Amino acid sequence: MDFATIIQILDSTVRLATPLLLACLAGLFSERSGIFDIGLEGKMLIAAFASGAAAAVSGSVWIGLLAGIGASLVFAAIHGLASITFRGNQLISGVAINFLASGLTVLLGQKWFGLGGRTPSLEGAARFEPITLPFARALADLPAIGPVYYELISGHSILVYVAAVAVPVSAWLLYRTRFGLRLRAVGENPAAVDTAGISVTGIRYAAVAITGLLCGLAGAYLACGLSAGFGREMTAGKGFIALAALIFAKWRPWHALLACLLFGLLEAISIRYQNIDLGFVLIPVQFTQALPYLLTVVILAGFVGKAIPPRAGGDPYVKER
Amino acid sequence: MGGMPKWADALLVPLLSLIIAFVISGLVILLIGEDPVEALWIMVTGALGSTYGWGYTLYYATNFIFTGLAVAVAFHAGLFNIGGEGQATMGGLGVALACLALPWPHWSLALLASTLLSAVFGAAWAALPAWLQAKRGSHIVITTIMFNFIAAAVLNYLLVNVMRPRGSMDPATARFPAETNLPDLHAILGAVGIPFAKGTPANISLILALLACGLVWVTIWRTRLGYEIRAFGKSEKAAVYAGIRPIRITMYAMLISGALAGLMAVNTVQGETNRLLLNSVEGAGFIGIAVALMGRSHPVGVIFAAILFGFLYQGGAELALWTRIPKELIIVIQALVILFTGALDEMVRAPLRRLWRMR
Amino acid sequence: MGRQDPAAPFAIELRGISKAFGPVQANKDISIQVARGSIHGIIGENGAGKSTLMSILYGFYKADSGEIVINGHPTTIPDSQSAIRAGIGMVFQHFKLVQNFTVLENIILGVEEGRLLAPSLSKARKVLAELAREYELEVEPDALIEDLSVGHLQRVEILKALYRQADILILDEPTGVLTPAEADHLFRILRGLKEQGKTIILITHKLREIMEITDTVSVMRRGEMTATLPTAGTSPEQLAELMVGRKVLLRVEKAPASPGRIVLEIDDLRVRDPQGVERLKGVNLTLRAGEILGIAGVAGNGQSELLEVLGGISQATGRVKINGQEIDLTGKHSDGRSRRAQGIAHVPEDRQTRGLIMDFAAWENMAFGYHHAPAYQKNAALMDNAAIRADCAAKMERFDVRPQVPALAARNFSGGNQQKLVVAREIERNPDLLLIGQPTRGVDIGAVEFIHKQILALRDAGKAVLLVSVELDEILSRSDRIAVMFDGRIMGERLPGATDERELGLLMAGIGEEAA
Repeated sequence: MDFATIIQILDSTVRLATPLLLACLAGLFSERSGIFDIGLEGKMLIAAFASGAAAAVSGSVWIGLLAGIGASLVFAAIHGLASITFRGNQLISGVAINFLASGLTVLLGQKWFGLGGRTPSLEGAARFEPITLPFARALADLPAIGPVYYELISGHSILVYVAAVAVPVSAWLLYRTRFGLRLRAVGENPAAVDTAGISVTGIRYAAVAITGLLCGLAGAYLACGLSAGFGREMTAGKGFIALAALIFAKWRPWHALLACLLFGLLEAISIRYQNIDLGFVLIPVQFTQALPYLLTVVILAGFVGKAIPPRAGGDPYVKER
Repeated sequence: MGGMPKWADALLVPLLSLIIAFVISGLVILLIGEDPVEALWIMVTGALGSTYGWGYTLYYATNFIFTGLAVAVAFHAGLFNIGGEGQATMGGLGVALACLALPWPHWSLALLASTLLSAVFGAAWAALPAWLQAKRGSHIVITTIMFNFIAAAVLNYLLVNVMRPRGSMDPATARFPAETNLPDLHAILGAVGIPFAKGTPANISLILALLACGLVWVTIWRTRLGYEIRAFGKSEKAAVYAGIRPIRITMYAMLISGALAGLMAVNTVQGETNRLLLNSVEGAGFIGIAVALMGRSHPVGVIFAAILFGFLYQGGAELALWTRIPKELIIVIQALVILFTGALDEMVRAPLRRLWRMR
Repeated sequence: MGRQDPAAPFAIELRGISKAFGPVQANKDISIQVARGSIHGIIGENGAGKSTLMSILYGFYKADSGEIVINGHPTTIPDSQSAIRAGIGMVFQHFKLVQNFTVLENIILGVEEGRLLAPSLSKARKVLAELAREYELEVEPDALIEDLSVGHLQRVEILKALYRQADILILDEPTGVLTPAEADHLFRILRGLKEQGKTIILITHKLREIMEITDTVSVMRRGEMTATLPTAGTSPEQLAELMVGRKVLLRVEKAPASPGRIVLEIDDLRVRDPQGVERLKGVNLTLRAGEILGIAGVAGNGQSELLEVLGGISQATGRVKINGQEIDLTGKHSDGRSRRAQGIAHVPEDRQTRGLIMDFAAWENMAFGYHHAPAYQKNAALMDNAAIRADCAAKMERFDVRPQVPALAARNFSGGNQQKLVVAREIERNPDLLLIGQPTRGVDIGAVEFIHKQILALRDAGKAVLLVSVELDEILSRSDRIAVMFDGRIMGERLPGATDERELGLLMAGIGEEAA
């Protein structure tokens, strides 16, 4: 494996990790506030569809982005309604949201575009353009650093950088601000927040809205950045990989970045190589694909550092007498 | 809670949820420029208007009875088994191994073997998540989701690299010998003089499914194990006081649940395709969630809910054939049913309760 | 009575407060006046309506009618935020703290200054140091809540209220979880606060605390305020009578015990909780047939663990013999089912989370724990539900459980009748040893007497009874012998006729000859 190949694989890792990271941070806000979310997949999917469709019709990727965020927010609101206002089962609500997205995207896509659920191919201003960072071209010829900066760090679309910035911003928001303190408190002991005179409902809805926003970004990146248009079931389990990464990261932002990069790398490898021959053993591509799930099960089992979810996670808050 | 009698909670809440789901679906149909009344008519005539339609409806229903029971049994133990998909995938592997391993002289023997093996494989795939939940406290919802993906990868590997016949390009096993083919409803009902359309996939597995319903009912409401499962599902703390062992009950409930999900493969793999394909489960594991929620985790409720979803699936296929409505409409309806019976049930129940108080 | 200027308005005045939950009238036309700078006690039995009243004052519930006047100003308190603004601070019985936050983070939660945390944290650190000096309220500001002892947690709650500049402090059953030493410390803190002009409302059902620290006392019974008196002008007997509504016999006539052979022998019993903390530190006890052994102690000193080990709920090390047979404390046979087979019946401390499945019908609950009993089986595979129903109906009849409907779910019975269901189920098994924890908690007076009679009858039939209760009165009046637990050990044994509350109280506080 030469240097150029490594750079290529890492470059593709960054691209593939971006939607995972956005969805993973999305899940982080929701789950840290005590709302389990297995509907990340569905929110991403509906956002990908809405952004792909809106970008195709309007010719503007920004309108697409707004549509994606809007659609994802609507789905987040349904989840909020079910799990916060009506104190329903958060897991079942998540399952329903995934199916709703899966069905609606094909139904509406077929009606509007007649392409079997796809949206028309996007080009030009309807897609996120790669951004060349300052001095990238000038530095491109430097040995080692040049290609790393020019190919790996520069030349991605805006949402890749947004995702990267979202990590420190999330960490700051969570650990350094009033909102973050209240959000974490609500996920651990909502009664403490309630008796302090703060609305548990308000904070949880705010968290769920951030989840919707970030899932919207993730979906828009899938349809208008990574690909040129929406394809049916295009999330293909990415929402669940993001969920796995969230557990792997034990609900912490910086660790989420590392987990998503790892899972992105695995995906990049499985796309590039069918089977990996290590000489003494042949690793089938299916193993590489299943590795994120296997790793998550191992982490959940607590054999290597136990993952303890927020204490109030999954429980609707009911005021006690 | 008070106010609303038990029967109203068991019947009216799912019914009202269903009506809401249908009304919203009707609006979606309107939105895509089709006529909901006509759509319903096409579905009803296509799925229920002939024994041919019924043959498909019941075939789908058979799958959903198995997966619905699987989810229901886990629900009784307070566990959410979202891994029916993976367990049924593994069940398919069991059926394929059973049918291909020996030259069976008669379908009945093959059925016996495939029933046994599919149940064992399905149960085995549920065993590890169950054990992790019981022993290590790993959330079973997450582990069973992960196991769905792992099952898909395992099957993919086996079909592509191991079980594919030489020279075939399809990721699928060889066709099963004709002796393993199960009798269909045409043959079974014909034997007792009831005419039933030829060439539908509904087969003897339907009887197996009804049998499973009976067994689940007896187990849950008439045996000590069922008593312990229900008690554990209501309150783990109290169960421990009564000498009920959480690990044992979690394991038993999930093994039964996994076995039921695995059994579904007898219907699809041996009863219909006669070979194991990639993704032969086609989401039936997830529909089990909707079926169990609608059927209030009761076997009789599960039967009715499964037939309803069988009707939706067959009717949806007819719609796709005769109108411009894609069959994904069914997924939307399914999603709405899950949403209203499982997550927003309080929204449906609250006005009903108020109504009762006003009387 | 504090330093009340007769012209100054009351700190709190409630006028005609009423609140109903459905058909249950939790508060009926309640009026009280609390002078500024005084400690006012509110006493009443469980369910008398004390907590509802305080929840109204703290904005958790809206009263159906009535008026709240704070410092002379009529005030509406629609939520906790308004209560805090009105200068009311509340220390709940179950602490409202975030486990994995530091003390400081818990203190500022909800009253942060600005959007960033850093300024609030450094301000809180300063204020905390001042409060600690002023009121003996020392806590390590950077300690995690999950690492602190109960006494410290309560201090954090008080600090939270003071940090919010509360003038009126409400404490709901504050000593329930404290050792006597910690309770004394708390009372010192409260006196200090009173000296500084704070008004304190103390909710409790312990007469001793009322007499010790309050200036005035209000008594509640069945949602009504039956009296408000200056503490100096009343007596425990008078308050007890006002609480229950008739003369209470603090001693009950019962035949002397005639202890027989040894039924239960406990030798060096030790238990660790999941966190690795030792909860039983070598308990030794014997219990004979025809004897009631009462275990006294402040809640949380190992009594619950003792019951749970004997009942097969948790595991332990050491030796326990029943009728001379050593029982398994860790392995395959250390569960509730094996214990029942060995002749142990168990009425757990918390009937709602342990003793009953609230969604099960009464008849299903009647088989709970005994669902393997041969009489309940139709054949090898199936249970005989009809037999269980019939058995349940008979037991409900004998124990006067109302309503007498076996098909009714447990949650639809009153507390007393739920307890009767459990007691009927366990006593009717005719066990050699009955474990019974907090038998009368949340149970109405009539049911209390009935349950006590049943326990006595079991003893007189030659069975052994282990009675655990945090109510000293109950222990003193019902036991034939008393063992006092403190910090996971038996501090000493006494005979009820040869001891008094004072001596037992000292033992419960860890002061006694064994500890010396």
